[in-house]
Amino acid sequence: MNKLLVSPSPHIHSKDSTKSLMLDVVIALVPAIICSVVFYGWQELLVLGVSVASCVLLEWAITKYMLKKPSTVGDLSAVITGILLALNVPYTTPWWVVFIGAVVAIGVAKMTFGGIGQNIWNPALVGRVFLLVSFPTYMTTWSKPAGLFGVDAVSGPTPLGTIQEGLMQGSSVQELTSAYNYKDLLFANLGGSAGEVCALALLAGFVYLCCRKVIKPWITLSIFATVALTSLIFWGINPDRFTDPLFNLLTGGLILGACFMATDYVTSPMSLWGGVMFGVGIGFLTMMIRYFGSYPEGVSFAILIMNSVVPLLNMWFKQKKFGRK
Amino acid sequence: MSKHTFSIGGVHPHDNKISRECPITPLPIAPTVYISVAQHIGAPSVPCVAVGDKVKVGQVIAEPGGFVGAFIHSSVSGTVKSIAPRADLAGRATTHIEIAVEGDEWADGIDTTDTLVTTIPEDPKAIVEKIKLGGVVGLGGATFPTHVKLSPPPGSKCERVIINGCECEPYLTSDFRTLLEKGEQVVVGAALLKKAMGDVPCTIAIEENKPEAIAHIQDVIAKLGYQGIEVMVMKMMYPQGGEKQLIDAVMHRQVGSGALPISVGAVVQNVATALAVYDAVQKNKPIVDNSVTVTGECFPKQANLLVRVGTPLRYILDYLGGVPEEAAKIISGGPMMGRAVANLDAATVKGTGALLLLTEKQTKRAPATQCIRCGKCADACPMGLEPFLLNKLSKAADWDACEANAAQDCIECGCCLYSCPAHIPLLDNIRVGKGFVLSAIRARAKK
Repeated sequence: MNKLLVSPSPHIHSKDSTKSLMLDVVIALVPAIICSVVFYGWQELLVLGVSVASCVLLEWAITKYMLKKPSTVGDLSAVITGILLALNVPYTTPWWVVFIGAVVAIGVAKMTFGGIGQNIWNPALVGRVFLLVSFPTYMTTWSKPAGLFGVDAVSGPTPLGTIQEGLMQGSSVQELTSAYNYKDLLFANLGGSAGEVCALALLAGFVYLCCRKVIKPWITLSIFATVALTSLIFWGINPDRFTDPLFNLLTGGLILGACFMATDYVTSPMSLWGGVMFGVGIGFLTMMIRYFGSYPEGVSFAILIMNSVVPLLNMWFKQKKFGRK
Repeated sequence: MSKHTFSIGGVHPHDNKISRECPITPLPIAPTVYISVAQHIGAPSVPCVAVGDKVKVGQVIAEPGGFVGAFIHSSVSGTVKSIAPRADLAGRATTHIEIAVEGDEWADGIDTTDTLVTTIPEDPKAIVEKIKLGGVVGLGGATFPTHVKLSPPPGSKCERVIINGCECEPYLTSDFRTLLEKGEQVVVGAALLKKAMGDVPCTIAIEENKPEAIAHIQDVIAKLGYQGIEVMVMKMMYPQGGEKQLIDAVMHRQVGSGALPISVGAVVQNVATALAVYDAVQKNKPIVDNSVTVTGECFPKQANLLVRVGTPLRYILDYLGGVPEEAAKIISGGPMMGRAVANLDAATVKGTGALLLLTEKQTKRAPATQCIRCGKCADACPMGLEPFLLNKLSKAADWDACEANAAQDCIECGCCLYSCPAHIPLLDNIRVGKGFVLSAIRARAKK
């Protein structure tokens, strides 16, 4: 003993750090990564690599050369943005398009606002939506998975895209959905962006995050419940025009969005009821866009819209204080 | 058996009760003791002895300095050497009475035998008076004079006495050992407190990580045959032993902001206080010693010691082999709410319950990084506050907004800072805001 340390209480700290929480999210994404690489092959690996590397490098370069602050890449949040961006685009996306997505995600959506903790919108989703509106050809040419050792992939629209087009041509939903069965949807046998393909892998990651108490399940469950309920009502009224609840739960980026994008700490409300209302908003907007919008897929837009109202939700839905009305 | 806990927030630090098997053993009396006149919340006591006076153990050496005040007794027999300012645990100069020890002669009228006295006096007023004469203060940490707590203001009525045996702070085991070794005395103390408050029901709350204590106290209650005293098993959750949290857990009532427990009909006393009440009322023995847990992973000799009030900390640590090289911080109390000791020459006070030695690795704070808005601090806050918000408001010196967001309700339990993954010094900043808000509230009350 040389000198006694003196500081205010508490004198101990939990094992949690920003890095440990982010590492848990990366671990939770591993099943989905493995799944997508197995189903899509080396091209998916390239997309993942380019995306993660550009996100990390961009954040490092911006903190060092533009902000002139200590680098924050060690907290692993840029790695998560990179993985999520990659899982949100088709595996056929050219590397330079992925790189532009990373520039928008990290450079515009995250660092412009001051870096981790300061951004209003989920960076990976901003990147994804930017690519969707700027490079619609690359972003909507989905291919059916050919597998890690497959030779040629068959190109075709996603289930939601097929329905949207079919409805415009006058077919009924029953005819259109008969081509899909739910087992395929659960076990990654359909076209879509990488993260859409294996529902079970994503749900496994979600359960892991809940068990590790990294996130609380309310937001995700509230999105699922709202999507199920909204589509149940519309489908009940007119099954020829509207798709059924299970189909809506398993398609599009819903599971990826609900489990990993909507639960992002920075861009979601803190309290239980704030989170539930956030989820209700995302679920309802998703279904409105899917049923009535011009894009077949609505999860990204719904989450970004609800991200914007998080400060309001934080203000309106506060936890009850002890001993106060 | 169903387990009870409070309704909002809380954290689960590892309990690290490594000294739980160490029986309470008396520490040899130090050659010189330094007894502070400010050992309790309220007005400092006024010395009533002069330099050169001979004193005996249990003799009054300082009298209450106001209504919220307490008697202070000599913890040793010997000669008063000086009455002068001396640095306390935190390094602040406080008046201490220095006594050079000669033998161990007790004042007249104190029963020092081990005979258990179970007859409860009939007159509640007499019980409270004896508690006052015994210099009893709350030994759970706040050191509020017990006789004041037992004299509810007109119009309020006590409906339940709660004996706090949660000991929810990690590492501490002195209450646990007291329950095991002095269970009979604690239960008689509970019966005395119950009688003093008008024969209301009494609950002894013990956390589930002390099953031996729970079983033992249940046996003792059955054996002594007191009616209306029950043991309640509490879930392991910090800060279960916080006064407001414990009342919520036991009675499902929430004490309002700025209000006293008696406003919801509760009086809470700690296990060690119940033992002190027994000693004061049944044995005429004032507080002259208390049990102190000395612990820490880096410390080779864990111990629970019965220490005379006013013993220098260095004397206690030297008795156990000295401070190890790796120890970087010495805490008086537990790791969540205890105070870091600045000065090993400081002497113990009535409320000193533990000395915890932590290494630099265990206690050093990591540098703060950017808030990631995870909300873990708000989830952990047992008062339902938003620490991330109060932190910002305090840093912005916006005291009105601090008050509107209830900074004054903060109990400084440390759950927010403990759980913050960005290592932001939330509580440090909130304390500043709370201080300003409380003085603003006091200033308004004066007008």
